[in-house]
Amino acid sequence: MASSRVEELTMSEWDGGVLPYSVGHKKLGMWLFIVSDALTFSALLMGYSYLRVATPHWPTPFHLWPSIAFSTLMTFCLLSSSLTMVLAVNASFRQDRAGTVRWILATMLGGLAFMILHLKEWNTLIHEGVTLVSNPWGTPLFGATFFGITGLHMFHVFTGVLYLAGIAIGVAKGRFTAEHVEVCGLYWHFVDLVWMFVFPLVYLLSVQMH
Amino acid sequence: MSAHSETHEAHGLSARLTFTVWAWLLALTGIEVFLAYEKLALHLMLVLLMGLSLVKAGLIMAYFMHLKFEKKTLVLTLIPALVIVVSTLSVFFPDSIRLLNMKP
Repeated sequence: MASSRVEELTMSEWDGGVLPYSVGHKKLGMWLFIVSDALTFSALLMGYSYLRVATPHWPTPFHLWPSIAFSTLMTFCLLSSSLTMVLAVNASFRQDRAGTVRWILATMLGGLAFMILHLKEWNTLIHEGVTLVSNPWGTPLFGATFFGITGLHMFHVFTGVLYLAGIAIGVAKGRFTAEHVEVCGLYWHFVDLVWMFVFPLVYLLSVQMH
Repeated sequence: MSAHSETHEAHGLSARLTFTVWAWLLALTGIEVFLAYEKLALHLMLVLLMGLSLVKAGLIMAYFMHLKFEKKTLVLTLIPALVIVVSTLSVFFPDSIRLLNMKP
């Protein structure tokens, strides 16, 4: 339908057909979700910090071996998986289907390594008597905050690995685009980002000094 | 894989920049672990660790999550809201010190 000169002059971006921020809807949606999820973790971490400051004699039980060594290695795994995710996104923009799948698999391996190490480390603590409601070192809040925060994060890693698997299968079948890979990448980097705060606040501030 | 028409040209971080950011992230992590074993006052330790973590978070968001190369309005929509809400959460933090001093 032809538009008059006045209509042309008054047409604006608000008339539709334009992508806000020049990003696709999937990507914008994922960013908005990430902001909301970041606030969830912020609330948890802030709650933990508050409880910790208000509690005298908060336990600092993490030995270099296995806790700090394991958690540092876990940090390395997650950071490296973010690296492989960037390489996967790059490959998808190059239309390199096989390369994309390979790098996504590498990212999943990093996530799985993180989870296995984390579960082993949890096991050590559980064997020392730490539960959600008690521990041998003092306030029951220690176990509650520790398992609550790291548990929620590990759940994000777990769902992230499942998400990556779905994307890898879709890419391999030729059904998913570079945008799908990029959006998945955003979620995975977010999981890594949260760990950047959980690691120092939960582990490094509770190092066992001799 | 079907090509997706982007509103901007095909992008992606150069391999060199990717590895550089990754190396910095590892280095900053190493500094954090080292700091954890230094006998510092809790306040100082917290400020240093959180400062380093914010730098790491910034690197991940800017480069890995590509925010540095997105439209500035997207950054303005996402980040200030996050900062404001986290600051609002922090407002009650000094109350924990009051609680600590109230305990027998």
